[in-house]
Amino acid sequence: MSNLVDQITAGLKTWARVNSPWVIHFNSGSCNGCDIEILATLTPRYDLERFGVKLQGSPRHADVLVCTGPVTRQARERLIRIYEQMPEPKFVVAVGSCAVSGGVFEGCYNVMGGIDRVIPVHAFIPGCPPRPEAIIDGVVKLLSSLQSPAPVQPIMGPDGGKA
Amino acid sequence: MTQPIEKIETPKGERFIIPIGPQHPALKEPGHFEFTVDGETVKDATVRLGYVHRGIEKATESRNYIQNLYLLERICGICSHTHAMTYSLGVEKLAGVEAPPRAQAIRVIVAELERIHSHMLWLGVAAHEAGFDTLFMYSWRDRETVMDLLELLSGNRVNYSANVLGGVKFDITPEQAGDVLKGLDFLEGRNRHYLDVVSNDALLLGRIRGVGVMTQADAERLGAIGPTARASGVALDVRIDAPYIAYKDFQPALITETAGDLEARFKVRVREIEESIRLIRLLLEHLPEGELVARMPRRIPAGEAISRVEAPRGEAFYFIKSNGTDTPARVKVRTPTIFNMATVLSLAKGLQLADMPMILVGIDPCFSCNDRMVTVREAERAETWTWNELREHGIKVYQR
Ligand code: SF4
Repeated sequence: MSNLVDQITAGLKTWARVNSPWVIHFNSGSCNGCDIEILATLTPRYDLERFGVKLQGSPRHADVLVCTGPVTRQARERLIRIYEQMPEPKFVVAVGSCAVSGGVFEGCYNVMGGIDRVIPVHAFIPGCPPRPEAIIDGVVKLLSSLQSPAPVQPIMGPDGGKA
Repeated sequence: MTQPIEKIETPKGERFIIPIGPQHPALKEPGHFEFTVDGETVKDATVRLGYVHRGIEKATESRNYIQNLYLLERICGICSHTHAMTYSLGVEKLAGVEAPPRAQAIRVIVAELERIHSHMLWLGVAAHEAGFDTLFMYSWRDRETVMDLLELLSGNRVNYSANVLGGVKFDITPEQAGDVLKGLDFLEGRNRHYLDVVSNDALLLGRIRGVGVMTQADAERLGAIGPTARASGVALDVRIDAPYIAYKDFQPALITETAGDLEARFKVRVREIEESIRLIRLLLEHLPEGELVARMPRRIPAGEAISRVEAPRGEAFYFIKSNGTDTPARVKVRTPTIFNMATVLSLAKGLQLADMPMILVGIDPCFSCNDRMVTVREAERAETWTWNELREHGIKVYQR
């Protein structure tokens, strides 16, 4: 009996999460290019809100952390803190070539590399910057994977965040 | 008889500080502000920058001139063309090469389209901070028209990569020019509407008229530049003071306001969009014929060059030093926001806390290009330097 209740509540939670994910955006060293494209997805032409996605100011209310830019040494600590403040279950999306791998800034002395060097990442959206359509596609793919029996597993970079 | 209300004294030496950032809904980019408040009134303000410092200037020294073009374009995603163009102008000066007239004109067309997109973006963000989300949505919807035009010309929406050393990468065909003109017609109509909104909408004026007034003397003393300074009546525009490339033949008009408040800053930027539209039309009409790229030497001769360009936010300044190899010896970038930041800190004093987002957004801040340095002692702890420490450090380093 309790098993059934568990199953139903789990189904209900996924349904709620997938239908209205709240997103928080953090720029950990980006050039703004990705940030304005994320903002553009929320404005009338692309209108990400039609999928129920809402941009949210506080990490404590958010389900999805959207990161842009490579991680700079100074922003690293903040990124980790924001990630830790988010309630479980949480998902991380890395937007832009920089967030994926460090991009053009790989090798700069104050840059640690992509987001996955610091926190686990569920979805990578490449492009410099990715088009708004690509960002929407990435978010939708992440959401639809949550409904499948085998949801995406987060990926952590080579040195497990100890870099 | 009413009791006299007891006055509550704050203990001496105690201050109430409100920290904002580095992650905050009102900030699109990480920056950290601390406002010392007395009730609702701001008494003091400090800023801590450096969250986006990546070390680009140093990285230029280990990449060759052509690679640097793409690296420097990514200093800022909003004025990317400005950075690439300023850098190319500097390198071309070192090599003694001048871009062909057609390339110069195309550079200016892209630069002015970029100015339109940047100002419209700002208009939306500023309206959003004022709580006027309708204007935010409208201006961003219309901004997509400029993005379409930029994509039509260059193939990309943000980092257009229009420049190559010695010229530009793409041509503008007559059909494309026709499409651009059509887009501009639409934008001009919308822009007239925005000018009407920012000068007549009572609700918006309540938030911006007479708020954050900066006199001309203050603007000059604090070293403000760009539209922020022009809104206070300072006649300063690199395109006019030291015309470069096609601006020599196609002069824009200087746009200033005298009030110095937030309203004036709105008006200056909206009127600049109008001026940019006029300039692009003129250039498309008189597009010179000819080559797109001039031949550049493999090695850049040793020497030093500076180049200045009017970015959407003010003057962008590059110093490039070459030692005769294929990598630069030093590239120094000076971008506008850091100079306008001082005006935020001094204007903040005496204003309401609720006005702070508006004051900050009034300068159109761009952190990604203003974060100059950062000290990191351990892996995770970064330090803040005071102005005096920084000054002493600078003197020590450059005495050698
Ligand atoms: S991926 Fe490109 S646009 Fe995005 S932050 Fe990096 S350099 Fe900027």
